[in-house]
Amino acid sequence: MDSRKTPQSPGQTIGPYFAYCLTPDAHYGRKGIAGNVLASPATKGEHIRVTGRLIAGDGSPLDDALVEVWQANAAGRYAHPADKRADVALDPAFNGFGRCQTDKEGRFTFDTVKPGRVPGQGNRLQAPHISIIIQSRGMLSHACSRIYFSDEAKANEEDPVLASVEAARRPTIIARREDTPGGAVYHLDIHMQGEKETVFFDA
Amino acid sequence: MSESNTYLPRDWGIQPPYLYEGYASTVVRSPRKPLVPLPQTLSELTGPVYGHDAVRDIDADLTRNGAVNGQPLGQRIKVTGRVTDENGRPVPNTLIEVWQANAAGRYVHKVDGHDAPLDPNFFGAGRFLTGPDGRFTFRSIRPGEYPWANHHKAFRPAHIHFSLFGPSFVTRLVTQMYFPGDPLLPLDPIFLSIPDVNARNRLISRYSVEATEADFALGYEFDIVLRGSRATPMEG
Repeated sequence: MDSRKTPQSPGQTIGPYFAYCLTPDAHYGRKGIAGNVLASPATKGEHIRVTGRLIAGDGSPLDDALVEVWQANAAGRYAHPADKRADVALDPAFNGFGRCQTDKEGRFTFDTVKPGRVPGQGNRLQAPHISIIIQSRGMLSHACSRIYFSDEAKANEEDPVLASVEAARRPTIIARREDTPGGAVYHLDIHMQGEKETVFFDA
Repeated sequence: MSESNTYLPRDWGIQPPYLYEGYASTVVRSPRKPLVPLPQTLSELTGPVYGHDAVRDIDADLTRNGAVNGQPLGQRIKVTGRVTDENGRPVPNTLIEVWQANAAGRYVHKVDGHDAPLDPNFFGAGRFLTGPDGRFTFRSIRPGEYPWANHHKAFRPAHIHFSLFGPSFVTRLVTQMYFPGDPLLPLDPIFLSIPDVNARNRLISRYSVEATEADFALGYEFDIVLRGSRATPMEG
């Protein structure tokens, strides 16, 4: 049922100049609310890096974009009052939100932990995933997607959201695991357009 | 599990499209395939929570938070408004981040190459929380218009960028506040990209005598509406 009394405000582009407000730590001598390191040494779970490039339809990098991530902790609990599952532990060393401004190559990087599984529709477990929002100059509305993990084949097969995506496009949102001496690194490039266009959700 | 509180969808009659040819850089940066519908699970119904430990009082005063050896140049303004949802309910304790150009139309951002002066006493970014009634207030300097490369003689209308979270990841909103009577608004493709003219005009703040601070700052009112809860709980 539609209960709308007042219409929602329209969005507008984040523009090219957000960094000194939203991601100021590196270059502006101020502290933002969040950066691209979500996990501290005290954070429970498998510590991972998630990285990739944002690529425009003409092959140019989105070198001035903001990538935001939101995820559950390693046990599969969100640090938010709407996740009321007391039997799944919160991690005081993890809040689950991160921000990264892309670099000249369009690259984003997050140091985090691999999220646990959380329930989805009909109480079916979802595969581990990270929710992402992408914004940049040239984007009038933000784009929503998810990052899944290549080493979760069985969980991915059971995931109702992945199942709702046509099979040929599923790889656009599954990050490829690479085991390095420093730990697991997951790679996923995000293509705004073209044959490899990433699946974006109407979230 | 009962997903007792889902949110009304993004209204694509109000939200600007990804592709809007008048705004040249949307052409290669816009998703082209249809968006895939996403059910609202815990991943969508939760989101980052920031409280009083994330903000200091001075963060809401852009006339002071960048001061080095004096006051910033330009017309002082006070902006106040309310954040509500589509059901008319206030959105309390939500973080708002704002950023803008200085009075000369120059951003502090390192890649802003516009040949207008920086103001050593103006940084141009702030953050604050809404109160229990959804209200917010901050002080700043009226931002200047500035040229951009989109088309010949293109200048952006004066604007302040707003970033809000609301109660969940799906209520995220980044928008811009404009000023009444700006002659650049009917020429601005970013403003014009909003398909609904009434929605567009709601991004124009109102001059307010009530919000004006005597002998100090001009007052403007600007209200923001985030996506609201559905009246009827949805079961998955």
